[in-house]
Amino acid sequence: MKCDVCDENTATVFLTQIVKGDMQKINLCEHCAKEKGVTDPTGFALADMLLGFGHGERVETHPQEKTCRACGMTQTTFRKTGRLGCARCYSVFGEGMDGLLKAMHTKVCHTGKVPAHAGQLKAEEDLLARLRSELDAAVGEEHFEEAARLKIEINSLEKKLRSRVSV
Amino acid sequence: MMKFTTLLRRRPEWMEHDGPCRDIVLTSRIRLARNLDGPPFPGWAKKENRVEIMEQLRPRVESLSVMKDCFSEDLANLDAIKKQVLVEKHLISREQAAKSGGCAAVINRDQSYSIMINEEDHLRMQSIRSGLDLTAAHAGLDRLDTELEDQVPFAWDRRFGYLTACPTNLGTGMRASAMLHLPALVLCDQVTSIINAANKIGLAVRGLYGEGTEALSNLFQVSNQRTLGDSEAEILARLEKVIRQIITHERNARRKLLEDNPQKVCDNIGRAYAALRFAHIMESKEALTHLSMLRLGTDVGVFPAAETKLIDTLLLEIQPAHLQIASQRKLTAEERDILRAETLRRRLTHLPEPDMRACQESDGPAGGPDVVI
Repeated sequence: MKCDVCDENTATVFLTQIVKGDMQKINLCEHCAKEKGVTDPTGFALADMLLGFGHGERVETHPQEKTCRACGMTQTTFRKTGRLGCARCYSVFGEGMDGLLKAMHTKVCHTGKVPAHAGQLKAEEDLLARLRSELDAAVGEEHFEEAARLKIEINSLEKKLRSRVSV
Repeated sequence: MMKFTTLLRRRPEWMEHDGPCRDIVLTSRIRLARNLDGPPFPGWAKKENRVEIMEQLRPRVESLSVMKDCFSEDLANLDAIKKQVLVEKHLISREQAAKSGGCAAVINRDQSYSIMINEEDHLRMQSIRSGLDLTAAHAGLDRLDTELEDQVPFAWDRRFGYLTACPTNLGTGMRASAMLHLPALVLCDQVTSIINAANKIGLAVRGLYGEGTEALSNLFQVSNQRTLGDSEAEILARLEKVIRQIITHERNARRKLLEDNPQKVCDNIGRAYAALRFAHIMESKEALTHLSMLRLGTDVGVFPAAETKLIDTLLLEIQPAHLQIASQRKLTAEERDILRAETLRRRLTHLPEPDMRACQESDGPAGGPDVVI
């Protein structure tokens, strides 16, 4: 069977989708499948692609989804595996987790052990946030000397926090 | 550093020591899940990443005060049988045994603390104690956790608590469990209703080797399912309360069984004794079932009480990897069954015939042996 797109190579990727009772089938060779973005069947809608045929447009099939910038974990993968990628993921996906957590634990707020460093860390993070807003203000008011001083302070605090969190 | 052969030779502390309610509760275990703030969790990290994390964490774990002269090994350096031995001893998880590069196990000298590096979380730390002793097991592990946290701040959030790869472990990151021997509840068909009741209040009841394993040898692990919301002390108190109720049910069931049907108890114990002393081929499941009856026998006074330790040791020694490491080669299932029977015959040679008066005279006429139930 030939590929529906290039009509040259042998088709190795077969897709079937039923839309409103109509079955649509498409056969693709490996090259065209890759070109059209058909690598992950779960993240791909056949109808979109069929619409794209002949128009030379709308072949973009990956909508922007929630992704952790620290480790690259995506919402789809998290849903599939049920595991998060890193500690930062909780600030990305944590918002929508209440339902899940209620089902698992019935309560959603930690009341157990508080590590000694947490108090200290919180104070430093608050300070960092304050310095950053002061920097913005200084730049806005064109107080560049003040801004430079703040920048140095922020950098050193950031460095300190970074060294603390990544061992 | 302790060698693997030394680890194998030394009897774990929990087996030597007689903890509270040892007749029914074999061990109490606490596990804490902890992660670094920043690097990806082990399951999502690339291998180089995992190796890097392991190299950062391992020396710190090894230098903990309880880890003096510990056993510490990269899992890549352990063959499948050695890893399985550690699983059978409950020192590493089945999941950890399936891993190799970038994962390590650090175990202290008396095997009361074991720390897995790069299992599902960067750190899985466990303490294990004899009998029903959850609070003490937790106190020790909590000190170790604080000591480590001084050097390596763990990922923690005001709302979610300790951050873990799987949201089921969030909050305290603590799983507390006790291993219960419940032969009478099984014989009376009451164990299912007790499991269901425990499930309803958020506790999990599992088999000998955790999730998805069979309740061999009438051994059941009871543990908390929820980790977020309640404090460690609250979780432990609730779990302990339920375990104490289960212990009472088991004791009542034993008493009732001896009153209503002493012949059945005698028959079970007698058959177990005969098979263990004289059989030449024995599968693991059969051996575990018989050993459970022997343990019940020591509890009700049919065998000397001091034999409980030997029986608990045998529960481990007859496991597949333990047999293979003892014979220093890989064995087929048939060979294992022969060696298992041989080991049991040898180890139980000294065991006197069951003194069934303890069962039959459970009402305790003068002169009869005390029934410990």
